Amino acid sequence: MIKWSRFLGFLMIVVLFFALAIPTYQSIWNNIQLGLDLKGGFDVLYEVKDAPEEKVTMEGVIATKNAIEKRIDSAGISEPNLAIEGDNRIRVQLAGVFNQEEAKKLLVQSAELEFKSPTGEKLASGRDLKSNARAQTDQQTGAPQVAVEFKDPKLFADITTKYVGQQVSIWLDGEMIQNPVINEPILTGSAVINGQADLKEAREIANYLNAGALPFPLEEISSFGVSPSLGEEALHDTLYAGGIAFVLIFIFMVVYYRLPGLIGMIALVMYTYLLFSVVSFMGITLTLPGLAALILGVGMAVDVNIIAIERMKDEFRNGKSLLSAVIMGQKRSMPTIIDANITSIIAGVLMYWFGTGAIKSFAVAHIISVLATFITAVLISRLMLQLLVRSNLIKNPWWYGASKKGGASK
Amino acid sequence: MKFDIVKNRKWYFGFSVLISIIGIILMLTMGLNLGTDFKAGSRVQFTVGQAFDPADIEKAIETDLKLDVAAVQAIENNGAVVRIDKKITADEEASVNKYLTEKYPNAMPQISSVDPVVARELAEKAIYAIILASVGIILYMAFRFEYKFAISGVISMLQVVLVVVSIFALFRFEIDITFIAAVLTIVGYSIHDTIVIFDRIRENLKHYKVKTTADLEQLVNDSVWQTMTRSINTVLTVVFSAGALYLFGGSPIKHFSLALVIGLVTGAYSSIFIAAQLWVSWKSRELKKPKSA
Repeated sequence: MIKWSRFLGFLMIVVLFFALAIPTYQSIWNNIQLGLDLKGGFDVLYEVKDAPEEKVTMEGVIATKNAIEKRIDSAGISEPNLAIEGDNRIRVQLAGVFNQEEAKKLLVQSAELEFKSPTGEKLASGRDLKSNARAQTDQQTGAPQVAVEFKDPKLFADITTKYVGQQVSIWLDGEMIQNPVINEPILTGSAVINGQADLKEAREIANYLNAGALPFPLEEISSFGVSPSLGEEALHDTLYAGGIAFVLIFIFMVVYYRLPGLIGMIALVMYTYLLFSVVSFMGITLTLPGLAALILGVGMAVDVNIIAIERMKDEFRNGKSLLSAVIMGQKRSMPTIIDANITSIIAGVLMYWFGTGAIKSFAVAHIISVLATFITAVLISRLMLQLLVRSNLIKNPWWYGASKKGGASK
Repeated sequence: MKFDIVKNRKWYFGFSVLISIIGIILMLTMGLNLGTDFKAGSRVQFTVGQAFDPADIEKAIETDLKLDVAAVQAIENNGAVVRIDKKITADEEASVNKYLTEKYPNAMPQISSVDPVVARELAEKAIYAIILASVGIILYMAFRFEYKFAISGVISMLQVVLVVVSIFALFRFEIDITFIAAVLTIVGYSIHDTIVIFDRIRENLKHYKVKTTADLEQLVNDSVWQTMTRSINTVLTVVFSAGALYLFGGSPIKHFSLALVIGLVTGAYSSIFIAAQLWVSWKSRELKKPKSA
């Protein structure tokens, strides 16, 4: 007797899934953060060095990181990724299309501005300025200049009063850029710095001043760059390869395992959807090794189905009825699947713990994919198969991958 | 009657020992082609856009840019990888960029540089990760099965790693951080395969009466054959994925996928012909002991 309620349950799972997945997959995909290797950009690791008068502390490293962050912001580069590694390292990742050389220069320039007396005594520094420096052209000469304003106008007023008629020099990173004579005390706290080659340079200096000087000097200890077009190509190629792999596996599973194979493949689509949803919602950055781990996870998810279906066929060959073969096969394959996947997770966790960069992102993707396998290939796929068998709609064991002989000998 | 796999185990052991010796000799004589990730220095990858002789590029860069080039390697799509043992400075990097872009319009240079300290740290971490993963797996398997299974499984796994690394040494493929990710995946899969077989052995141990070595051999033979379809089909599907990644996945993961294909096939072989067989040989000693006592 056909039990339509069971079959309806089976259909509901499939329909509900596609009703959820089809309208949402696009936004889930768009929301995924891609790593530098997939969208281009560069990754630089800096070591924070001791300043001449001061040793680096953790606070110093944090302050340096904040200063770099501000600079990147003021240069208009979006979504920078900065992380402190170890005691004194800062990793900077910048994605997208821009001039990598200029961006690197922007990061390491220490941008220490100083005002000095004729005798070389330090009178004020970049720290005494408001963060509103801007580039402009001199209204009379048309030359580029940087307009700055002191936080405390009185400080600048005192300086200009004291050194009236003398020269107060302005230094940037140990280089004198200007040495003007003070004609009269400036009480408003505003000043201009001249001597830039063009407006672009003036703008750069204004950016540095606004972001503040780096408290400690940086040394680049490793770097890599990926051009955006190559990154895009890598992403496209990997997805294309994943698509081909899916089609091949689909054909194999359906031809060899028939109905349970088809159910396994539906579960695999669910697996893929679940995986990308998790990556998307948890804000995990998807890198090339990560993507490869996900595509390989597909292999593992299929394996879970193969283990269970083979077990089911064994039971059927031993003379069990279709339903009890399905139930026993699923039950007996469980310890194998659990042991195999737990060892995978152990390897993944250790990789995550001790790995860096690429290994870490591979490990994260790997762990997520093992968990997604459990939910889809183990739980949902089993439920679907049982509902289908219990519905009695398709009773011929051939459809469940049993050989014709096996079915007859029952 | 199915082929008696267990009876011929001495042949597989001999074959594996031979492969391992060849592998170790290859690694010792040819050395590994370590990428900048593990060997300090700089690596410049760019597109030449036409067929070229690596020696010409090496000469041009040495004379025009005054850089000490260690090696130039041709890669897919008329690309070139230039290796410099010394880590180049930011200024040198800028001039390399300018030089290549002027000389080859589609160069799109990608430069990576690694300081010796960072390179050593990375290599150490990669080795730690593999050792720790092995220890973790041994402990788990010893807990779930018995230590004989665990050790046999790990020996078989190490054999797979050795084969993959020596093939990479033979063909001078670059060993970089993604290769390590590949090795770690292979380790995972190889253990996966071994566990499926061991699990069947463990289950059959409950039903078989094992008194002699012959009984034990019979049991393992049956277990291996019972899981054979699964072993083959799983390797097939995984080779579909890794093979598609190799053929269509683009240059950054070409070697990654190649390592996987080699490792997965070797892993399946090794779990059947090494892991299970090592366990039989070891376990059968346990059977003989009470007799002689």
